[in-house]
Amino acid sequence: MEELEREYHKILSDYIKDQNERNLYIGQNFVRQLIRRNVAPEDVVSLHKEAVEEIFPEEIEGLRTAYDFLIEMMVHYGMALREHQSLIQKQAELQIEMNIAANVQKTMLQTTIPTSEQVEIGMVSTPLKTVNGDYVHFIEDDRYVGVAVTDVVGKGVPAALCMSMVKYGLETMRDSGHTPSRVLSVLNRIVEQNVDDSMFISMFYGCYVPRANKFYYGSAGHEPAFLYRAQEDKFYDLEANGILLGIIPTAEYIDNEVVLHKDDMVIVVTDGVTEFRQGDDIDERGVVASLINDVKHLAPQQICEYLYRELEELHEFNLRDDFTVVVIKKR
Amino acid sequence: MAKQTSVEIVTEWDIVAARQLGRNEAKALGFGTVDQARITTAISELARNIYLYARVGRIDIERLDEDGKQGILIVASDKGAGIEDVRKVLEDGYSTSGGLGAGLPGVKRLMDSMDIVSKSGEGTTITITKWLR
Repeated sequence: MEELEREYHKILSDYIKDQNERNLYIGQNFVRQLIRRNVAPEDVVSLHKEAVEEIFPEEIEGLRTAYDFLIEMMVHYGMALREHQSLIQKQAELQIEMNIAANVQKTMLQTTIPTSEQVEIGMVSTPLKTVNGDYVHFIEDDRYVGVAVTDVVGKGVPAALCMSMVKYGLETMRDSGHTPSRVLSVLNRIVEQNVDDSMFISMFYGCYVPRANKFYYGSAGHEPAFLYRAQEDKFYDLEANGILLGIIPTAEYIDNEVVLHKDDMVIVVTDGVTEFRQGDDIDERGVVASLINDVKHLAPQQICEYLYRELEELHEFNLRDDFTVVVIKKR
Repeated sequence: MAKQTSVEIVTEWDIVAARQLGRNEAKALGFGTVDQARITTAISELARNIYLYARVGRIDIERLDEDGKQGILIVASDKGAGIEDVRKVLEDGYSTSGGLGAGLPGVKRLMDSMDIVSKSGEGTTITITKWLR
């Protein structure tokens, strides 16, 4: 502190002698030093007071009390400032943790898009914030190709933690993977037993079975998928009734099926794709279908990427939810 | 030997009395202007906490003399609702929520040490010290 006092004394006297920018610039650098050393505001006022005392010994009498008053005020000011600084630091630490969590999630929940001779698949899943509340899991089996698209109601870290449970639940059901109703009812029990009451999961589960050339699907409170019929050049909704996972332990789900012909597509989305910020007068699913229609001849992966780009632009690069789309195209 | 003085906190003006007592003691011990201001502000915060959240309590001030080191010790005690989670009130950001224990991290930073003993429903005792350098 004494060293700072001497230094400040010099800077202030120089400035009193000659009020030029050079001296002010030196003062500015001195402040940087104070900040780096974490000097409290009350100490800064005190530095100033002492320097003034030395430079103007005759005039200080009346001013001393005024400076002391300012020191008192600054103690409180400094308290608030330090709390603020500490909160900023804490926030930075949390951000680092979030990034680590997001990486762990990415690694843990990695899924490979299956390659099949009968269907071609593409996917885009982009989180709104650091961690993703949507989750896509593919199952590749010699009897079928399965895809689960989930959306945890309640976002962020709690949702992410929930996902790994869904993943391992799905992995253990490889043998029932071609029966959506069974997959959904087993997962429903797992979620119901293991997850907090305030958290629900919506899921669309579908699987393509080459031997039957059919796409079987079921839904647990999930946004309907789209079905594109190439021959008719028309879009249909793939609706399926079923309650969200984790609400009723005994919930049952229904199997639905469609035959897929060449170039037919099943497009599974989360509500981040179909919910628009703008008013109610927009046919949101219609907009999505027409965007897909524009590029229906492209490969599924390109269709997904196009849809994401276009919707991102439509929402002025300000999507309000995690965004997930999976396109399954019959070869 | 420790010399002890105290102020009962009942009305808002007792906060001022506690400040005054703290100021006198800090000055007598030889603390500089800035430290006097810190000690007084800390006392003021603790007394205000008592007044706002526990209604009544007291501030005791003691001079310390250990191994030739001199300092000031302040004890703020009340029989109020107590602090449920002491660790939490020592986290920054808690003060923004208002309520019991607000501003304690700031008080801790003004002093050299702080100790909180609290039992839910039975009251709180906060001890802070600052040493003369």
